[in-house]
Amino acid sequence: MPRKTVYRAEVEYFQILDEEGRLDTELAADTLSDGDVKALYEQMIVCREFDEQAFKLQRSGRMGTFPQNKGQEAMALGAARALRKGVDHIVPYYRENPAMFLHGLPMHYVLLHWMGDERGNAIPRNVEMNALCLAIGTQTLHAAGIAWAYKLRKEDRVVLCFFGDGSTSTGDFHEAMNFAATLKLPVIFCCINNGWAISVPCAKQTASETFAQKALAYGMPTVQVDGNDIFAMYKATREAWDRARAGGGPSFIEALTYRLGDHTTADDARRYRPAAELEAAVLRDPLPRTRKYLESRGLWDESQETKAQEKAKVLVHEVVQAALNIPKPSTDDIFDFVFEQIPESLAQQKKTMRTDSIGEDPTQIGLKPPTEPGMTEKPKAVSH
Amino acid sequence: MPKLDLVGAINLALAQEMERDERIVLLGEDIGLNGGVFRVTDGLQKRFGCERVVDSPLSESGIIGTSIGLAMAGMRPVPEIQFEGFLGPAYDQLVNQAARCRSRTRGAFTCPMTVRVPIGGGIHAPELHSDSPEAVYAHTPGLKVVMPSRPYDAKGLLLSALRDPDPVIFFEPKRVYRSLKEEVPEEEYTIPIGKAQVVSEGTDLTLIAWGAMVSECLEAIDRLPEEVSIELIDLRTIYPMDVETIVNSVLKTGRAVVVHEAPRTSGFGAEVSSLIQEDCFLSLEAPVQRVTGFDTPMPYYKLEKAYLPDADRIVAGVRDCLAY
Ligand SMILES: Cc1ncc(C[n+]2csc(CCOP(=O)(O)OP(=O)(O)O)c2C)c(N)n1
Ligand SMILES: [Mg+2]
Repeated sequence: MPRKTVYRAEVEYFQILDEEGRLDTELAADTLSDGDVKALYEQMIVCREFDEQAFKLQRSGRMGTFPQNKGQEAMALGAARALRKGVDHIVPYYRENPAMFLHGLPMHYVLLHWMGDERGNAIPRNVEMNALCLAIGTQTLHAAGIAWAYKLRKEDRVVLCFFGDGSTSTGDFHEAMNFAATLKLPVIFCCINNGWAISVPCAKQTASETFAQKALAYGMPTVQVDGNDIFAMYKATREAWDRARAGGGPSFIEALTYRLGDHTTADDARRYRPAAELEAAVLRDPLPRTRKYLESRGLWDESQETKAQEKAKVLVHEVVQAALNIPKPSTDDIFDFVFEQIPESLAQQKKTMRTDSIGEDPTQIGLKPPTEPGMTEKPKAVSH
Repeated sequence: MPKLDLVGAINLALAQEMERDERIVLLGEDIGLNGGVFRVTDGLQKRFGCERVVDSPLSESGIIGTSIGLAMAGMRPVPEIQFEGFLGPAYDQLVNQAARCRSRTRGAFTCPMTVRVPIGGGIHAPELHSDSPEAVYAHTPGLKVVMPSRPYDAKGLLLSALRDPDPVIFFEPKRVYRSLKEEVPEEEYTIPIGKAQVVSEGTDLTLIAWGAMVSECLEAIDRLPEEVSIELIDLRTIYPMDVETIVNSVLKTGRAVVVHEAPRTSGFGAEVSSLIQEDCFLSLEAPVQRVTGFDTPMPYYKLEKAYLPDADRIVAGVRDCLAY
């Protein structure tokens, strides 16, 4: 009986822009132009400011729990930049605001979501993306389904799906990978490896050396990249995008990045995360790195930085005001979107805002309420 | 006697029972070093080690499915599902597997485990972090469903659940986690599963509630005129329901209002109401009323106050029922 190796594989890793802002020009060929990088860096500044202000809104009691995006801007922007806005479709998780903004989501929508307002999920018609997803892993299957529809209708469109390292432990993730690969769907699975799933480090999440290698089991091309490197993210995603459009099916990208904040504002990472790890991660922050690159190319200086920061402040201030000033939704909103046509019993609940004794309460049929103190007309309780 | 909140009482019960019963293993997302997102398991990993307090991978189906295996093989797993909304991925394992384990093997295999799950709204939490799905599991033959409303009961009920030979879902109302402290004895005591508690006695009307709605009911009682005499029953166990306590009360009062956060249609209130109708028909002075959440998804938190039954709505329901 022969004994032989039937499968052997490798996972490629690449970085194009290193921590010091030095570029591998060969790998960077045909990726981002100077203008692109500058625009993306300006966008990073806006997103970082947004993150900061969202955090403050929570801390000052004006917003509920918020997951900071800090540190993951290059990951989201690089990937999203590789797709066509308004054509390709983004299926977000909940920590990729920069990608959503780049593809046209009005920024205050994200604030509305975390302010406990479903209107933040009402993605405008011309914006090609799903609403945020908090049910971990579920979105990966939706992404496969959307890509499937494109394939069935022969539309030249690609889906980019984000999810975290933690999400790879869900069944849905594995099912999505398998559907996408067997049906050769035009979808890009972008696994955001930020080191942690709340307090659970990757080492407890998986015994695999990389997340990227999981794709191999599904027969899917895969790569691991420096997720804080805007060039690498762009390139990896662009290659996956090319493949998808050429009928080559899905691809997997493991983006190595880091969650510089707590899991959410309800979390305190100091309980479980070594301080030294965070300190080291700060040195890999995508913002200073991108800035260094731009400066080294003579494309950026202190005054531009100041100007960009100020512009971001003004913009984000307006966004925050838009979210804060929106009138409170009416209670009708609880009922109006459950079905296209509201069932009669639900319409009653909507009208009365009651669930008891519909039609029996005199106030509900326009009669006088029972007189207040004493309730004299109250019949005596009798037992039989 | 120490004064503990719900979190502290559950933590104490877990620690004491882990000390007593080596078969107990805790598993769930973030329950170890982090002590759970609500800190319910705080300090337990340090005390009992990483083998008995396990930070599991992010997989609810995995958490419940492996718990079934652990239980079948003689362990006493205590899985935590981080929020009730994430019972979804565990549904198959819980409902189609754990609940049927004993029955389908005619008792050859059993599934003693206590599934701890924070439940309910009112804390401004995001989507899928504020639902009340207790009726789904009460409708699952083979599962027991418990929901304490206060620290003292939580400790006693949890000990019973941990010693129960069958799967128990132990719902912990988030809104109560830190909202009230009371004396919780160090000494061991149990509160039997399936026993409701008469919180306050009365003769005119029976209010039946569980979880966070119990304190809303107390507030409603405060707001009602003094001469209205309300009997408040805290169900404590959803399934098996304490029929006797409910029936005895309604036979006395002739009127009943059931209160829950979950949607009205097919909510557990429907079961309670139906039972009262069956067993107290000739004593009833009014139709049983239900003051509940609406038949809609739990809205995001800007509207959660409008969704959740509060003292005002309970008072209105009670008035309707009394005025009938
Ligand atoms: C199905 C499900 N289970 C549990 C949770 C609670 N939860 C929210 S975020 C999170 C960790 C997610 O980690 P990862 O996928 O790495 O994403 P990250 O937060 O690091 O961006 C958990 C367990 C959830 N939202 N959904
Ligand atoms: Mg993560």
